Amino acid sequence: MTIQGFAYIALVFLLVLGAAFPLGRYLAAIFEGRVRFLRPLETGIYRLAGVDERRAMGWQSYAVALLLLSVIHFALLYAILRLQFYLPMNPQHIAGMSPRLAFNTAASFATNTNWQAYAPEAQISDGAQAYGLAVHMFISAAAGIAAAAAMMRAFTGNAARLGNFYVDLTRITLYLLLPGALIAAVVLVLAGVPQSFSGFITAHTLQGGTQTIAIGPVAMQEAIKELGTNGGGFFNANSAHPFENPNGWTNLFENWLLLVIGFALPIAFGHMVKDKAQGRALMAAMAIILALGCIGAYAAEAHGNPLQIAAGVAPGGNWEGKEMRFGIAPSTTFNVSATGTSTGAVDSFTDSYTPLGGAVPLFLMQLGEVTPGGVGSGFYTIIVFALFSVFIAGLMVGRTPEYLGKKVQAKEIKLAMLGVLILTLFILAGAGFSLVTKSGLASLANAGPHGLTEMLYGWTSATENNGSAFAGLSADTPLLDYGLGAAMLFGRFAFMIPVLAIAGSLAAKPRLAASAGTFPTTGPLFIGLLIGVIIILGGLQFLPADTLGPLAEHVLLQAGKIF
Amino acid sequence: MSNAETISLFDAGIMRRAGLDALAKLNPVTLMRNPVIFVTEIVSALVTATGIEALVTHRPAEFPLVIAAWLWLTVIFATFAEAVAEGRGRARAETLRRARSDTMAKLLTNPPNRALYKPTAAPDLRQGDIVLVEMGDIIPSDGEIIEGVASVNESAVTGESAPVVREAGGDRSAVTGGTQLVSDWLVIRITADAGNTFLDRMISLVEGAERRKTPNEIALNILLAGLTLVFLIAVVTLVGFGAYSGTSFSIPVLAALLVCLIPTTIGGLLSAIGIAGMDRLVRFNVVATSGRAVEAAGDVDALLLDKTGTITFGNRMASAFYPVNGVQERDLAQACAMASLGDETPEGRSILALARDKYSLTPERPADATIIPFSANTRMSGIDSAGQAYRKGAVDSVLKALNTQGDDAFAQAAARIGRAGSTPLAVALNDKLLGLIELKDIVKPGIKERFAALRAMGIRTVMVTGDNRVTAAAIAAEAGVDDYIAEATPQNKLDYIRKVQEEGRLVAMCGDGTNDAPALAQADVGVAMQTGTQAAREAGNMVDLDSDPTKLIEIVEIGKQLLITRGALTTFSIANDISKYFAILPAIFVSTYPQLGVFNIMHLRSPESAILSAVIFNALIIVVLVPLALKGVKFRAIGAAALLKRNLLIYGLGGLIAPFAGIKLIDMLLGLI
Repeated sequence: MTIQGFAYIALVFLLVLGAAFPLGRYLAAIFEGRVRFLRPLETGIYRLAGVDERRAMGWQSYAVALLLLSVIHFALLYAILRLQFYLPMNPQHIAGMSPRLAFNTAASFATNTNWQAYAPEAQISDGAQAYGLAVHMFISAAAGIAAAAAMMRAFTGNAARLGNFYVDLTRITLYLLLPGALIAAVVLVLAGVPQSFSGFITAHTLQGGTQTIAIGPVAMQEAIKELGTNGGGFFNANSAHPFENPNGWTNLFENWLLLVIGFALPIAFGHMVKDKAQGRALMAAMAIILALGCIGAYAAEAHGNPLQIAAGVAPGGNWEGKEMRFGIAPSTTFNVSATGTSTGAVDSFTDSYTPLGGAVPLFLMQLGEVTPGGVGSGFYTIIVFALFSVFIAGLMVGRTPEYLGKKVQAKEIKLAMLGVLILTLFILAGAGFSLVTKSGLASLANAGPHGLTEMLYGWTSATENNGSAFAGLSADTPLLDYGLGAAMLFGRFAFMIPVLAIAGSLAAKPRLAASAGTFPTTGPLFIGLLIGVIIILGGLQFLPADTLGPLAEHVLLQAGKIF
Repeated sequence: MSNAETISLFDAGIMRRAGLDALAKLNPVTLMRNPVIFVTEIVSALVTATGIEALVTHRPAEFPLVIAAWLWLTVIFATFAEAVAEGRGRARAETLRRARSDTMAKLLTNPPNRALYKPTAAPDLRQGDIVLVEMGDIIPSDGEIIEGVASVNESAVTGESAPVVREAGGDRSAVTGGTQLVSDWLVIRITADAGNTFLDRMISLVEGAERRKTPNEIALNILLAGLTLVFLIAVVTLVGFGAYSGTSFSIPVLAALLVCLIPTTIGGLLSAIGIAGMDRLVRFNVVATSGRAVEAAGDVDALLLDKTGTITFGNRMASAFYPVNGVQERDLAQACAMASLGDETPEGRSILALARDKYSLTPERPADATIIPFSANTRMSGIDSAGQAYRKGAVDSVLKALNTQGDDAFAQAAARIGRAGSTPLAVALNDKLLGLIELKDIVKPGIKERFAALRAMGIRTVMVTGDNRVTAAAIAAEAGVDDYIAEATPQNKLDYIRKVQEEGRLVAMCGDGTNDAPALAQADVGVAMQTGTQAAREAGNMVDLDSDPTKLIEIVEIGKQLLITRGALTTFSIANDISKYFAILPAIFVSTYPQLGVFNIMHLRSPESAILSAVIFNALIIVVLVPLALKGVKFRAIGAAALLKRNLLIYGLGGLIAPFAGIKLIDMLLGLI
């Protein structure tokens, strides 16, 4: 462990949190329709699509619109992947995907998961990457942010309206994701990331052989991959690939990109409810858990593997699976940030981490992706935890629970509990079942607790819509293609729809005035409580399984046993 | 009344009965209402079956049977907690039931004629029947007086033995079944069917028989059921993870893990907390018509309090004499005293007391005196003696009677008295204006501090008075209320409540008259006085048997206490899980991965002992917390932020730490056996 390592973590937080404040204010302005620099284009889109931008929706219409869009895009993407051989921009003549892999991939991109059961360079064409996947990286991210905006509106008025989904989607895409990705792509190109539709380059090596070098529209996909917490890399090696992530500066930039919207959303919330301290409290809870994760993973990796230390091959920690050009702290911080944000991106291989270093990303996902979570989804999930917090501990001030003046009652708790149950069920039942089937066991690359972690990580990543893989797991099998595909769909929509219902229910309630007797939802006490509730309600149910995975592996490693 | 008696927390009779009830409550059909304990019961049965199977097949059966026994005890402790709470309520109900004797009613067959009646058993009376009640009779059912005036002994309901006057019309027209007429006669229209009278409802409420879950209780139950399901998934899927890792778990071990993780502590105590909250109200002689009202009381953030009797002593007292027209103060005092000789009201007595204290004047009533009583028409009273007419009364009435305007000094003095929040009374001898008496509203000592405490809790106090604005403002300032409604009418009370509610606040008020009924119904918590009309009692959601409007403050505190207790035990219960993991997880995995023993940070003796200790702790903690559940966590008016900090520290942090100590202790004790 070095001072520089910790300083790097501090730098990432400084840059992200510093930018989150102005970006949060800008987001609130977008949600409230105050950003209008592309107004003619915006109104043109509404006119073309026949959208009445003044019509605010109730939660049902909002959810139906969101669901409908996702279904259409899922079907479209499925068709593109199956038919990519016949579609334009396929210079490598890559064949169409198998039905189950196309199902898995379409589910993955429609849910903002970006789990990649396929090998991108070999199984997907440039065209499918560009007009299939990249488009979805925008749409699914915008849909998530729109759901977050709907949740914010639950607290701003007394009318049971959550805004217009189509308007939110258009504004978020036009004013946030497109310009953001464009700027980010230019920065990445300047830093050396390729952007081209020319297909593969064939190089003649010094030895006289030929080598095919895959390039393509990398910079554009990379930009939205991080900004929209997607994670689907252009290359199988993801952000560890030198074309996706050439140097330390791009690594820092990409790390910043994938965190910044997630942290800006609570700030936007503070602006929307006209109580900035509320937004700051949520942001602080997110940041503290993530910071602990970053420090924990870095400490574990920098401490290294006791066997390597004994063999004298661990200079400054565990380097296995990490890029020398980044270093340990930037690698662990990137992976922890990516799993804390439901970005499937990796710049080093979690599979090769020490057991505890690898447990951090796993646990952050299990907590429900709230640190700060996927764009939009992280925000509405932490609101669910905030509701649980006031519900459990709020009674202790002698009033029935309320959050921002909205009473938390049976309906909200029922819906929130339903969401938690779905996530728990898919992660634990999915992984537990896969581990006792022949097919599941065949997907594992390692035995013992390490293998268990691979499987648990896969189901966790899919259900929580993260998309990162522990590596080692061969995911393109019938069981995992269909199983994880279902987990992604349920993890996204069976959670998001109850959440929108909660928003609708809260929106319809009168906003009660705060008084000296009201439960304070700002300040260190609430932040501590929220963190406690996230860990107890979001994490405790996974502890028995985690004990048999990374924790068992850790104690065995200390005893000199590896897998 | 015996309601006010405290019943010992461990009353032997209640305990015995509760023990039996606890067993009766094991019936799974009724237990299903409590999902956490229901799951615990099923799991207990499962483990028992495993134990018996082991016994029959001659395999080691001690461990499963001991675990089964403690799991059953967990269930029984939970049902016992509920039974104890119900038992305490039932003990109070018994005393109420004694009041309800089966009386014979005199059912009037031809109502205007009181001579024609048919003896009818009280339970056969229907709503709308007209009955006659005469001196010595027990009033057969709840009703509204339509004719007559009588004094009624209501001690059966209120515990107050002094009879109260009840009469047709006005605000004192309601009578309660089970109370006794001690004078005269009444004709009453029955307002409640048998079994649905005030007394019946009170009995069923305090017994907890008709207890429906309150909204917050329902929501909490959903959370607890959800957590139970979450942990059920975690434990069942562990079989798969275990199979992969080469571990097979026995049913008792999985059952122990499950029961320790699901929130049995709060699940077991939840309904006891609710029943005890109602019980606490009853002990204050307040009956809530629903548990929902008690919860709402905790949420109230504006209290509408009647000035008279709540903020000030019910009666105004003479505090000074203001002579005019060159009259000596002593002479004025003498005239005032004379004018008050026939005045038996507290105001009149206070004038005599002031004259005696200030000038040692103790006039006797002359033999020839004619008392001129106060009438609403003249608004004056006094005495005629030896050709002299002493009069005192409302300023404008006296001036009008004397046909004078009074001079400037008089007008100024009257205005000054009014500005100070007091009431001026003009005093005259024959046709000469002598001066004024100041009748002062005395604010109760300590009330200002209570209002300050309420403010710290975030509760605004609003004084309601029929006084004019000037008077109201002066008293409001003296008592330290946040706002006041002067010249209150039923309509402007109602308007005020609506306005406050539109700001997103919950309002509590108390009232007794029929014209209070709309406001009582509109308020989130409406406390009707037992002495009030039937309409008021129907409109409110609580009835105060002592008819003491000050109680509103205590009612709010009881509501808060109920919610705090529920929250504290929920937090405690959920926080307990972390330490239970440290006890059980190493124990169940250590056979597969002996290295996981490092997580046995409590150094429990053996895996079996660790699991058993956690299960025993989990069962015993319910019993340990029963007194707290019944007595409630004390409410402190220190503001929400400070209160939260305090309770989180005690029940949150305490909940994290306590089981470590408890489980370790049990493990050590088990080692001694």
